[in-house]
Amino acid sequence: MFRRHERLRDSYDVVIIGGGGHGLAAAYYLARDHGVRNIAVIEKGYIGGGNTGRNTTIIRSNYLTPEGVQFYDESVRLWQDLSADFDLNLFYSTRGHFTLAHTDASMRTMRWRAEVNKHYGVKSEVVDAAYVKNALPMIDIECGGHAPVLGALYHAPGAIARHDAVAWGYGRGADQRGVEIHQETEVTGIDVEAGRIKGVRTTRGYISTSKVLCAVAGFTPRLLEMVGLRSPIYIHPLQAMVSEPIKPWLDPIIVSGSLHVYVSQTARGELVMGSTLDPYEVHQTRSTLDFTETLSAHMLDLFPFLSEVKIVRQWAGLADMTPDFAPIMGTTPIEGFYLDAGWGTWGFKATPVCGKTMSHTVATGRNHPLIAGFGLDRFARFELTGEKGAASVGH
Amino acid sequence: MKQLRCPLNGVRPVSEFAYAGEVRDMPDPDACTDPQWADYVFNRSGVPGVKREWWCHIASGYWFIAERDTARDAVIDTYPVEKLREVHRA
Repeated sequence: MFRRHERLRDSYDVVIIGGGGHGLAAAYYLARDHGVRNIAVIEKGYIGGGNTGRNTTIIRSNYLTPEGVQFYDESVRLWQDLSADFDLNLFYSTRGHFTLAHTDASMRTMRWRAEVNKHYGVKSEVVDAAYVKNALPMIDIECGGHAPVLGALYHAPGAIARHDAVAWGYGRGADQRGVEIHQETEVTGIDVEAGRIKGVRTTRGYISTSKVLCAVAGFTPRLLEMVGLRSPIYIHPLQAMVSEPIKPWLDPIIVSGSLHVYVSQTARGELVMGSTLDPYEVHQTRSTLDFTETLSAHMLDLFPFLSEVKIVRQWAGLADMTPDFAPIMGTTPIEGFYLDAGWGTWGFKATPVCGKTMSHTVATGRNHPLIAGFGLDRFARFELTGEKGAASVGH
Repeated sequence: MKQLRCPLNGVRPVSEFAYAGEVRDMPDPDACTDPQWADYVFNRSGVPGVKREWWCHIASGYWFIAERDTARDAVIDTYPVEKLREVHRA
């Protein structure tokens, strides 16, 4: 699917650190839309092996802030014709997305999100419990009596996709346009001189370059330490699990913030389930029994008939969390050092628009207008982009 | 289940505890600049390593300090807050 390069060249116009969906998308759009083809994508493991291959693949744009809604809406638009663009089936499947509300407070947040969404032309509606029950006959709408569903935010464009294929599609597209993808190559240092990027040290040799894009999800703080920048990013693991395949019964994507559950059913019948972050900082992708126990209990509150269904896999990824639940993107105080970070638990859906906006930012040296609210400098100005109310679950 | 040794209550399941982040020194709010204050409010050390952290045993409301290697998720030591003051003086 890709060319394999025996050695790194001495220099590239742009070095992208991180061969996940975000890094490869940026490489793809730099080559396709900006004519920048002398690019190396440096990946410590294998492409798509980080959070691109570890998320629960939910795509939506029903966010809370104007910055977030416009940004993710552009991403959903880009997703629609990506399969044709790549000539590769991403199994993009529009399902509809219910965010359940079990309390008056969350109903209020749903109304708020619906109004902001509609203002920006995004299809979101507040629906009542009867509508949810009608769309999803298998649900226990009372949740065993202790957390009755009062209503939901219904977001018709909500979708899922084959996550690995996204990395492969962007990777192959970039490769065909001359981008070099170097897997199993670890960055060991970044050279900065007089506030400008000079080069990147790797386990396979030194590269001189004037532009570096850092797109490494849970490894961002380690890269920032190499260039001497401080950030609010902190790392917690986020786990997910999958059931054995069962007959199709769940068409829409279901999220419950109060019960800390999000779930969808894949084309081959597995339930893909996720929950909250692990409760403390860890830089490891180990799994815990706590996670499966808690999430299973909450799944059974919603869907008691699943009590005999088995869990077949669980795994974890490292989420780089930010205080306002919005990403950290764009230019930095170091000339030529660009960040696509702080993607916490919400990065997969943004893959195409991150590629688009970061390629523009790297090519021109100026932030794309859609990422204006996501700069690293917003914290020093106390101007946060509060997106926590639109996080899938209350992390 | 993972366990943690509370200095007051002994070894308990980790689900009985709440994590409250790394121990950090607060700058004097009247003397520091706005950027220094923003740095204190928002910025964190996100790199893996041995960190000194605030933990609380929820059932008894007891706050204490844990030294933990965040790369290995291994607790090295737990001790009462009073000892933190001694460590700081040293």
